[in-house]
Amino acid sequence: MSGTFLGMPPFPVAARAALADTQLRHNLAHATGTIRAKRADVVAEVDNWEELRVAGAAIKDNALRSLDATLLRLEKSLQDNGVTVHWARDAAEACSIVAAVALSHGVDEVVKVKSMATQEIGLNEALAEHGVAAWETDLAELIVQLGDDLPSHILVPAIHRNRAEIREVFRDRMAGAGKAAPDGLSDEPADLAAAARAHLREKFLRAKVAVSGANFAVAETGTLVVVESEGNGRMCLTLPEVLVSVVGIEKVVPTWTDLDVFFQLLPRSSTGERMNPYTSTWSGVAPGDGPREMHVVLLDNGRTRVLADEVGRQTLRCIRCSACLNVCPVYERTGGHAYGSVYPGPIGAILNPLMKGVGDDAQTDSLPYASTLCGACFEVCPVRIDIPEVLVHLRSRVVDAHRPGPPSAEALAMRAAGWVFGRARRLGAVERAAGLLSRALRGRRSLRWLPWPGSLWTGARDLPVPPRRAFRRLRSERR
Amino acid sequence: MTARDEILAAVRRALADAEPTHAQVSRAYRDTPPPPDPVALFVERAAEYRAHVVRCAEADVPAIVAAAVGPTARVLLPPGFPYPVAGQVDTGETATRLDDFDAVVTTAALAIATTGTLVLDHGPGQGRRALTLVPDTHLCLVRADQVVADVPAAVAALDPARPQTWISGPSATSDIELTRVEGVHGPRTLHILVIDPA
Amino acid sequence: MKVALMVTCVNDVLFPGTGAAVVRLLERLGVEVDFPGAQTCCAQPMVNTGYLDEAVPAVRAFVDAFAGYDAVVTPSGSCAGSVRHQHAIVARRSGDPGLAAAVARTSPRTHELTEFLVDVLGVEDVGAYFPHTVAYHPTCHSLRMLGVGDRPTRLLRAVRGLRLVDLPAADQCCGFGGTFALKNADTSIAMGADKARHVRSTGAEVLVAGDNSCLMHIGGVLSRQRAGTRVAHLAEVLASTEEQR
Repeated sequence: MSGTFLGMPPFPVAARAALADTQLRHNLAHATGTIRAKRADVVAEVDNWEELRVAGAAIKDNALRSLDATLLRLEKSLQDNGVTVHWARDAAEACSIVAAVALSHGVDEVVKVKSMATQEIGLNEALAEHGVAAWETDLAELIVQLGDDLPSHILVPAIHRNRAEIREVFRDRMAGAGKAAPDGLSDEPADLAAAARAHLREKFLRAKVAVSGANFAVAETGTLVVVESEGNGRMCLTLPEVLVSVVGIEKVVPTWTDLDVFFQLLPRSSTGERMNPYTSTWSGVAPGDGPREMHVVLLDNGRTRVLADEVGRQTLRCIRCSACLNVCPVYERTGGHAYGSVYPGPIGAILNPLMKGVGDDAQTDSLPYASTLCGACFEVCPVRIDIPEVLVHLRSRVVDAHRPGPPSAEALAMRAAGWVFGRARRLGAVERAAGLLSRALRGRRSLRWLPWPGSLWTGARDLPVPPRRAFRRLRSERR
Repeated sequence: MTARDEILAAVRRALADAEPTHAQVSRAYRDTPPPPDPVALFVERAAEYRAHVVRCAEADVPAIVAAAVGPTARVLLPPGFPYPVAGQVDTGETATRLDDFDAVVTTAALAIATTGTLVLDHGPGQGRRALTLVPDTHLCLVRADQVVADVPAAVAALDPARPQTWISGPSATSDIELTRVEGVHGPRTLHILVIDPA
Repeated sequence: MKVALMVTCVNDVLFPGTGAAVVRLLERLGVEVDFPGAQTCCAQPMVNTGYLDEAVPAVRAFVDAFAGYDAVVTPSGSCAGSVRHQHAIVARRSGDPGLAAAVARTSPRTHELTEFLVDVLGVEDVGAYFPHTVAYHPTCHSLRMLGVGDRPTRLLRAVRGLRLVDLPAADQCCGFGGTFALKNADTSIAMGADKARHVRSTGAEVLVAGDNSCLMHIGGVLSRQRAGTRVAHLAEVLASTEEQR
């Protein structure tokens, strides 16, 4: 993947470009509309959905509140199952662990199960530097990888592409990475999926090393879980001799039976299905079945920073379902690239600033503002992350981080507003001034043009002119 | 300090202000009344994933399997497969050799009614995981008494020490315009035979 | 029951007719409403932009103005939501336990207008007359933060002469979002344009909602388009009677 999120502009700038891309707008409106309807249908048929959400949140909270003990238990269980456990403080450390495992087996390629953690740490690029090709095997990841593109959605990284664009990517790029696309490839999704099957099968059959993430890691039993649809995950988890799983430390759940909540919440929230086609669970090496050598890399990379934030730590409950993206009116219009991260949408708008910290770069600081606080994300979140609450909290963290410096125009305006709203007579004076302005406009009811910053409003919206008398004045005159 | 020690120390620092008490997890969701006819519901829901589902008597299994795979198919069977079906028993072939088979016939550990899911725990009659993955057609036999009501019942009944594969319909993707297409890397055709008691 | 009107700063400055409508409506229903002159703003503009210190004076003004009332009624789901969900955050930030205690008293007594009508007064037919075709936009904070549910549409359905038409994608945000409308103006307008398109598709003459800030945004787009659809606050519809016309 040659695309990069490095050097992305702040959200409003990136969004402006995305909003002008009519193909993108059309693709996104169609795709998010489809998945929203599917999710709503399968959630509605579960009578105890709210009980499941509450239980899911509580299970994750319990694991997080004693995360040190939970992780140690996981480590012990994994080791008892014959798995080598590694710990990685950051992306570079995780990448070098995976590279060392691959190189120790003398391979120049690995096959990969779709995994947010490995995208987050830039594993493919890091392995390439060691001369190891990492083949993405999820269909959408393959589309992104072949197209030198960037993922724009957690579940469907190529959601911004339609069938005609995907056909062109396959036709032009597949041959360069292995088996070419068949002649006369149509843009029917079934034909495109068949082309991906043929292209990847030779890679699955010869691969010696696979890299995965995990949707869940069970502390009690050392069980890892991968939830998927296509069977590419099963191929990677089953056929190669060596398996390396990169697992964020927040993926741990205490017990096996806790999974009975998440196996209900995740598929319905994510793909809008009662159950996804394939879920694989494994507890270390099984004699005569699957990989003979297994590694787990437990990854921090900013997660302990999230954990330290009293309001923000609920974000670590996230099970990466992407329901919040699909309902977000901002995401639906801008797409995922505008968020400048592998984690886009409402969850990305809180997760990125929490993991990276605020106050250092304008792009990260812009993310908590990329929301109208409409609350649709909280309503669908299967683990009840109050995303609007965290967004507002992070906005205050951004503002506080900039307080020591010279005040911005916005900060001055907010100080002035705070002063005016501190006393009713100050507000009354402002209202009288507005009334004079209204008189000067001689009965015009709305404004069509204002200089900056008013132009931000009047660029596409009329603005009502204040009436001559504010409500407060009318009341005092009535007495 | 090792990475392990540093991460654990960072976790403890991060939680210094957190309440130590654990929330009680309400398990009321496990008390959902079971569906009136779990087997019928399983059949209906598995079919909605476009799996081919039939209910049959044990005596009919060989004929139904033969008809489903066709006369020329190369059929693979796991060790310990309990029904008289024609095919070659797995002896630990390589993945490339598995790719030469057209179909595999197995049993399952259990099935889940509300989600139309089969669960394999890869014991006798089910085979190692690759068997039900590489051939393009999977025929899975499940007895009616193996159908449990819902996901909590399945999780409670299964042994996490065993590798498991939960299968809900044939391999599928929705990666192109969120349009569901059956058949990517796993078996593109899934037949389910639900065996009613004699 | 001592009842106070919290008119909100947006209504005070730009839409005094909405405040007057609430007073008229409640008096018609036999409720005497005070207007405490010390009130200013719920502090939401500062809180939602991240300026918690700057929000403290407005929250102080709020608790001072409304101390001693049994109920505070406001024609805004968003401002009611701010009082109920955010004042405690601001009070905690101030480090003043007195303010936190005052907030704990005033916040739960604050009701959005339709909550007050349906839950506190127990009325659905307020005796209004409004002979127009109306589409209703459920604003996000009333719908999801407060959970007013179908209270507004129950009230509207009881209005004589009013024909209520379904608004497609009604529960999707209009794109106002407070300072979002300026900080992310392009996205805000893209959302507003879609909302306006849905409103126009209904053929409604009037778009009604419980928040004038959202209506200012949607109405601003409709007005720019010369769409021939106007916006009106729910309170003004519920206050209107045949005698007044």
